[in-house]
Amino acid sequence: MDGILDYFGSLDPAIFVQALPGNIAQGILWGLMALGVYITFRILNFADLTVDGSFATGGAVTAVMLMNGASIWVTMPVAFFAGVIAGLVTGLLHTVLGIPDILSGILSQIALYPINLHIMNKFSNVPIKVDNYGLVFTFDSENLNIAGLLITSRDVYMAIIVAAVIAIIIMAVMYWYFGTEQGSAIRATGANPKMAAAQGINISLDKIIALALSNGLVATAGSLIAQYQGFADVNMGRGSIVIGLAAVIIGQVIGEALFKKHFNFIVRLIFVVIGGILYYFVMGIVLWLKMPPEDLKLFTAIIVAIFLAIPYLRNKRMTSFKRVVKINKKNGTSEVSEDA
Amino acid sequence: MLEIRNVYKTFNKGTVNEKIALNGLDLKLNDGDFCTVIGGNGAGKSTMLNAISGVWPVDKGMIILGDKDVSGLPEYKRANDIGRVFQDPMMGTVADMEIVENLAIAARRGKKRSLRWGVTKAEYDKYREMLKQFDLGLEDRMTSKVGLLSGGQRQAITLLMATIKKPQILLLDEHTAALDPKTAAKVLELSDKIISENKLTALMVTHNMKDAIAHGNRLIMMNNGKIIYDVSGEEKKKLKKSDLLEKFSSVSGEELDNDRMLLSK
Repeated sequence: MDGILDYFGSLDPAIFVQALPGNIAQGILWGLMALGVYITFRILNFADLTVDGSFATGGAVTAVMLMNGASIWVTMPVAFFAGVIAGLVTGLLHTVLGIPDILSGILSQIALYPINLHIMNKFSNVPIKVDNYGLVFTFDSENLNIAGLLITSRDVYMAIIVAAVIAIIIMAVMYWYFGTEQGSAIRATGANPKMAAAQGINISLDKIIALALSNGLVATAGSLIAQYQGFADVNMGRGSIVIGLAAVIIGQVIGEALFKKHFNFIVRLIFVVIGGILYYFVMGIVLWLKMPPEDLKLFTAIIVAIFLAIPYLRNKRMTSFKRVVKINKKNGTSEVSEDA
Repeated sequence: MLEIRNVYKTFNKGTVNEKIALNGLDLKLNDGDFCTVIGGNGAGKSTMLNAISGVWPVDKGMIILGDKDVSGLPEYKRANDIGRVFQDPMMGTVADMEIVENLAIAARRGKKRSLRWGVTKAEYDKYREMLKQFDLGLEDRMTSKVGLLSGGQRQAITLLMATIKKPQILLLDEHTAALDPKTAAKVLELSDKIISENKLTALMVTHNMKDAIAHGNRLIMMNNGKIIYDVSGEEKKKLKKSDLLEKFSSVSGEELDNDRMLLSK
């Protein structure tokens, strides 16, 4: 009994509040990654596991290029294109060689591990110290001539603002793109490939485009997170698909509950990012409760499982065999009538 | 114009499940022909439509659409000249997209899909007028998701999508088979109207002999991957169901084995 009291006594709400801004910043950044997952998982209907690799690729490219003196404005597009190439490979494995979607992604993911190590010159961890580069958006004259980072955990409030602006730009671009003729064709390909082919859409090409864009976005998120945390690690992408899925699904469940019929495309995108923030909020609580950090992935899996199950269970509650029996009993019709 | 010249297709070649689906198929449709297709189970009716659409390449033979041989083109390239309506009402449309979005995708068949907006303002008005003619109340539900519509309404939309850009040929693959009789009659009537108004060339597979006789100017009967009976004009108008049954057993030496066909009125 004393132990439990001691435990709760040792929980300091101030620590939780202190950690909150950091969780929000990380949540938005992972929300960006989740927007990439949304393209494949929801729009293309393709469970793409490449992202665990391409996320780290984005970080690796960023660390190495900055170390070699490249400007962040060159580095970020290169990180994006590195992700695009990873997605392209997965797309080709699937469409040209006929390998099933999950396996194509797994093959790319596995292949990217040594590739990421090569990018980082065989170091498994490369630092991106903000002291060495400075921040682009600080109005500190000393740093003006340095290459600069977009974001760092050292300046959390600035990080939140920069991440939010980037998220808004990316959501706007996605909203525009998936409303165009090309984007509509990709949506049709994901939802009904047979119809898409009958309407003259090259479904193989559209799958490749969507996979490339998705992984480009994931690598961009990887780059930003590497900057934020101050290093790129060859293992930083491990399990990122689950966090991305968590954000997509948490956002969907909550967005649907709040918006019901008005849950349109742009609101969906916004709720993917909100899903990322909520995920980190929950993780913040878990850490605050002094759960061991090495078990975080276990909690992630549990959270994703819960949110995946909610729509199914809710649906089941509305219509189930048990429910019929209950209703019949209540109406006094449970006895099978003999005189019929 | 459509011409199928000596086309062969065998499925699962070299296995116990080997099936010769098309066995030297020849067919020539003239412009404006509305041809109905009947035949037993596994006669090759749907296989013929899939061969025309390019769902897979044929083993041998030519498929000529308009004045070009399309047998070497993949499905999505042929789609420019082909309108299709499937048996399954779920198949022809995207449930999660709006009616107008589905129509806009179909209207761009054969065009490069650019980065312009997917549905223009002008299209709304154009499609509204088209849907009005259907008399199904769909013109007021342009921004509804297609998934909310009934099977008959979805087939009507698919029919409009197949013909919104005039195809060289319209392929109807038992497109009323999954509908209740009243809805089926309505969709058939709509098909007739669209085909005659746009002077389309069309192939309609059906298991309903009465429909096969009542619609179109030509009727073909298939068996074992070949056409065994081809009738048009005045002769077709005088056809009776019993004639078709008799014809089938005399040519094929067996009874017409399509239960659905025999049971349907």
